Amino acid sequence: MAREAALAACLEAVLGSRSSANRVFELLEPLAGQEEPEDIVSAARTCSRLFGALLERRELFVGPLPDQDASLGESYSAEDKYRIWMRHRYRDCVGCLGELMGHDAFQVKELALCTLMKFVELEAQYPLIKIEWKGTLTFPCDLLKVVVDGLLPTTEDASLLISRFQEYMEYDDVRYFVMKAVTASIGQVMQKTKERPLPFYQQNVFSLISPINMPNKESEMVKFMVKQDNREELKFSKLQAHKQVFEKMWLTFLKHKLPPGLYKKVLVILHDSVLPYMNDPTLMMDFLTVAYGIGGAISLLALNGLFILIHQHNLEYPDFYKKLYSLLDPSIYHVKYRARFFHLTDLFLSSSHLPAYLVAAFIKRLARLALTAPPEALLMIIPFICNLFRRHPACRVLLHRPGGPADMSEDPYIMEEKEPSESRALQSSLWEIQSLQNHYHPDVAKAAAVLNQSLSEMEDDISGLLELSASELFDREVKKKAVDVPLEFEQVRGLFGKKSDIFAEHFSLE
Amino acid sequence: SNPFEVKVNRQKFDILGRKTKNDVGLPGVSRSKAIKKRNQTLLKEYKEREKTNVFKDKRFGEYNTKITPEEKMIRRFALERQQNYGKKNIYNLNEDEELTHYGQSLAEIEKLNDIVDSDSDTEEGGTLSAELTAAHFGGGGGLLRKKVSSEQQDEEEEKPKSRKELIEEMIAKSKQEKQERQTRRESALELTEKLDKDWKEIQTLIAHKTPKSERKDKEVEKPKPDEYDMIVRELGFEMKAKPSERLKTEEELAKEEQARLQKLEADRLRRMRGIDEEANKKRPSHMSADDLADGFILDKDDRRLLSYKDGKINIENEEVGEEEEEEEGEEEDNENEEESQEESASEDEEDDAADGHSDIESDLESEGEAAENKEETKHKANENESQNVEKLDPKREAAKSELPYTFAVPESYETFKSLLAGRTIEQQLIILERIQKCNHPSLAVGNKAKLEKLFGFLLEYIGELATLDSPELRTIDKLVLPLYSLCQMFPEAASDSIKFILRDAAHDLEEVIEVKGRATFPGLDTLIYLKIVSLLFPTSDFWHPVVTPAFMYMSQLLTKCRIATLQDVIKGLFICCLFLEYVSLSRRFVPELINFLLGVLHISLPKSQAQGYTVVHPFTPVGKNLELLLVCDKDDLKSWEKQNVPLSIVTGLKETSRTEINHTRLSCLALCFDLIKKCAALYESLPSFHEIMHPVRILLTQHMPVNEYPEKMQEWYHSALKELENKVKHYTPLICEKKKPVPLKQYTPKIVKVLEFGKKQAGSKKEQERKQLIQRHKRELKGAIREIRKDNQYLARMQLSEIMERDAARKRKVKELLGSLATQEGEWKAMKRKKWQN
Repeated sequence: MAREAALAACLEAVLGSRSSANRVFELLEPLAGQEEPEDIVSAARTCSRLFGALLERRELFVGPLPDQDASLGESYSAEDKYRIWMRHRYRDCVGCLGELMGHDAFQVKELALCTLMKFVELEAQYPLIKIEWKGTLTFPCDLLKVVVDGLLPTTEDASLLISRFQEYMEYDDVRYFVMKAVTASIGQVMQKTKERPLPFYQQNVFSLISPINMPNKESEMVKFMVKQDNREELKFSKLQAHKQVFEKMWLTFLKHKLPPGLYKKVLVILHDSVLPYMNDPTLMMDFLTVAYGIGGAISLLALNGLFILIHQHNLEYPDFYKKLYSLLDPSIYHVKYRARFFHLTDLFLSSSHLPAYLVAAFIKRLARLALTAPPEALLMIIPFICNLFRRHPACRVLLHRPGGPADMSEDPYIMEEKEPSESRALQSSLWEIQSLQNHYHPDVAKAAAVLNQSLSEMEDDISGLLELSASELFDREVKKKAVDVPLEFEQVRGLFGKKSDIFAEHFSLE
Repeated sequence: SNPFEVKVNRQKFDILGRKTKNDVGLPGVSRSKAIKKRNQTLLKEYKEREKTNVFKDKRFGEYNTKITPEEKMIRRFALERQQNYGKKNIYNLNEDEELTHYGQSLAEIEKLNDIVDSDSDTEEGGTLSAELTAAHFGGGGGLLRKKVSSEQQDEEEEKPKSRKELIEEMIAKSKQEKQERQTRRESALELTEKLDKDWKEIQTLIAHKTPKSERKDKEVEKPKPDEYDMIVRELGFEMKAKPSERLKTEEELAKEEQARLQKLEADRLRRMRGIDEEANKKRPSHMSADDLADGFILDKDDRRLLSYKDGKINIENEEVGEEEEEEEGEEEDNENEEESQEESASEDEEDDAADGHSDIESDLESEGEAAENKEETKHKANENESQNVEKLDPKREAAKSELPYTFAVPESYETFKSLLAGRTIEQQLIILERIQKCNHPSLAVGNKAKLEKLFGFLLEYIGELATLDSPELRTIDKLVLPLYSLCQMFPEAASDSIKFILRDAAHDLEEVIEVKGRATFPGLDTLIYLKIVSLLFPTSDFWHPVVTPAFMYMSQLLTKCRIATLQDVIKGLFICCLFLEYVSLSRRFVPELINFLLGVLHISLPKSQAQGYTVVHPFTPVGKNLELLLVCDKDDLKSWEKQNVPLSIVTGLKETSRTEINHTRLSCLALCFDLIKKCAALYESLPSFHEIMHPVRILLTQHMPVNEYPEKMQEWYHSALKELENKVKHYTPLICEKKKPVPLKQYTPKIVKVLEFGKKQAGSKKEQERKQLIQRHKRELKGAIREIRKDNQYLARMQLSEIMERDAARKRKVKELLGSLATQEGEWKAMKRKKWQN
């Protein structure tokens, strides 16, 4: 309490008369960071009030700041000397606050952030840059750079602070300059590391830039932190400029190698919140092609972005279907992104201009892999295959081959073949689905039995089945009401007492 | 009637035997009837349409039901008197007012005093005592007296009763008398009833055979019956005696049992195929007369097609399997028979108990003994090998002496637990058996619900036993028996409680997955529950309310639970065994099972790049939990011998040595080989058997370091591999089932059997009723509309006639006026003319 009172007195004195201006050091001293968090907080508050008042009074030097020693020369008036001196103190304060953003206590970090943002606001209102002509940019970019650097530490996860910062990103001008600052920061930081991924830094950058909410229309851009008369003429009020900066930022971010977890996260949001806001989405082509080539889950995720490029931006992708074909491995039925992948695969295979051999190869491969799939995936894939048959009647030989060779000793289809055209799928039959007619889940068995009959004309709607989960399936079964419950008629003779019980052979009741 | 007024409804065809109601109509008569009726009702209403007069019933208390009629009369009388009090009718010379009783003049009653109410009793008739008359008819006298002279009051000082009091007294007396009469009559009735009852009892005694003990007593009491009577009775009884079923020989019993089992097995197969519902639903609707196959629908084709293959008769696989099983199970069948006999015996006893409700308690003892006997025999059957049955017996006898014979069903789980706590397995079984016996649903109404609860408690208890640090699996092993019998009694309740447990377990699993992303295997209790499901319910059904969810749950366990420790592997293998057991009869395909076994084999290999096969979730080709089953120690490899994995290992590895752990690992591996072998045998009929087993085969042949394994293990390995490899590859191209041709529309008439003419036959009873109702409604509606129309016509006619009448009256008046005016005018003119003339 006493401390706060002292600080308040100090503040009064500095603001009251210039003779006691030297007491400003008393205020700046605790900001150096060795004190208790409470003390730092109160000091930071006082500083914020002090410099806020000084900025409003325009008592800080405007224009390029001369060196402190040089200012002592005779070329400046006493008034100017005071202002230059005070401006230096302000710079010290900003520097201290920037460092405090890396403090251990979140309370301190948050206050430092807020104080700096307050300075940003005030500086933009009372610029410290000389307005030489009407269009001069008065936004304090340097100060914002300090903030952004503070938000993106290289050694720890700052997602909490970043989420606090998100409220400022609502302002169009702040967002514009933050994007610029982030681009610059990535350039600086990543150059030093020389292609080694920095997990924390990149994670922080991602959590800062992934929630960016870009405006859709220029008319939506009305929320500015600084009200300026000549706003219309300024660059940052143009949507085009925003998009350009946004694009540059993402490209810079994705230029460097990402850790695998982050890679997936980026790909998950890419098609939804990045591609639509780029001036030229085809610039993402390289990134997506590389990702598509990696294989596994990353390839599955890259498919979505790639689809947008192919579909809307005329991207020509050589051997796209071959690549897609090679993506099909046993894990597709088990991964988290199953629904998304099959949604896209359905889209890709919906064209009726695809050659029959290709579709047959897909059908055969999907069916072969279905031999290892869990029931929820099977319930989805069987109607999926049925739909393929409906779209491509030429493939129906897989189900119905009346005059074929009677006995074959081998399935003609070659699973290991990478090239769909070489896989001899059209000479095969869909024995896998026939096997699945013996599946233990009654619904799967019924679904598989549909292929025995000739198919109906209407396609099944599989959108509801894509997201089916095992627990949903379980609940559905449990809730079914039974009329009567059949019972085992064989008399029980103990836990492992059945005839030829497997358990009795391998387990003992001890 | 007048033949000109008759309208004859001509029939198109004369049908013999049909009665028609409306062959002749009398339009004139019916019209006049209708008009008359309307005159009485509608016309009245019409004429009174603007009148607001209302008839009011101002009689006192006419509609008040609270007042008794007597009181009502009194009050009315008083009111009348009040009204007439001041007014003196000057013209009425006779001052005395007429006295009435119930509205009848007393004078008249006096004259006709012989006539009595039909209600009143005959006893009273004629006995008109002086007092009664005074009470009945003297009231008026008292009243009169009072009015006539005031001097007489002195005489009647002791009871200066008012008229009202007198009347009340009179009423009370009559009431009392009535009451008395009623009680007398009732008692007489009771007596007769009692007599009837007694007679009936005696009658039953005569008619039926009396129980032995009672009969003895009777014999003492009864005088010696007549010889003739005895003969007659005996003859009568002989006629009534029914032939009882002859005792069956053992062969017959065995045959019956076999037939029963066969029927059950056939039932199970039908359910396994899962076609019964559809088959039942699909019924041919209407078959044309041209259809050759009508009415001949084969429900299921159980004929075996005789075919030859390689010169031998080819019989279907299943049958062979069954035969083998039968051969194997012959001995056990014998056992079964014995047991079933015993069971039937004990059931008989139960029936006895149910018959004689009165002496349950005395019977209970014998029942308890029966239970003991049964218990003993069961034990003998089960533990033939254990030689110390005789040793146990005296012990058990001692223990039994402590156990009470009757038990109430515990209301809560805690009381249930305390009931079983500290008892030996045998005692627990006896307690459970006695609870069941004492609370058999046929003995009391609420017993069913109680025993249903007992099932839940027992299940919970088993779960608790399994979660103990050292699970008491032996106890569980025995407790399964009462669980089974309870389940047989209450299938619905049992399935509900097991479903409840499964649902809880599944939800727990889902929650853990949501929170952590990966689940862990559940405890031993859940595994035991899953095993119990396979004991209680048929796992081969196409769909089953309990088994299908259990399948789903196990599938989730195998695909979602993380494999981090050796226990996880054992639990996983346990579930694999469960899967195999579940599908052992139905031979259904379980992809998760193969995946898991492949994964287990994979973690037994040294770390290397997996080539030629892919493991799926929860196993990873690379990662930290690899080599869980890898054993490198040469000595351990050498010293290993196949042993059964103790289930208690699942709850926690006690400080065991490295060697033991290694041995457990090797046992797991051997188990895995055996499971693969069994899978291969099970799935060999699947068309894509080789594709399914392809990864496993590659792993076994290309990656397994077989030579490092001990000899026993190599045996396991080779037998599994042999099973995999010596299956013929056999692919026949698929051919769709031929679509049934859509039959052409036939125009042959649909022939329906006609039972009664004039009634529509088609449709079910419900449908017919509906049609009838619709018909009736239509008819009524038509009738109502017609009536309304006629009403309107009638009213219009009335109105018209009114108007005409009015007009006619007006015309007549105008004419009159004009006439009078004309005469006036004429007169005036005549006068004028006269003047002129004058």
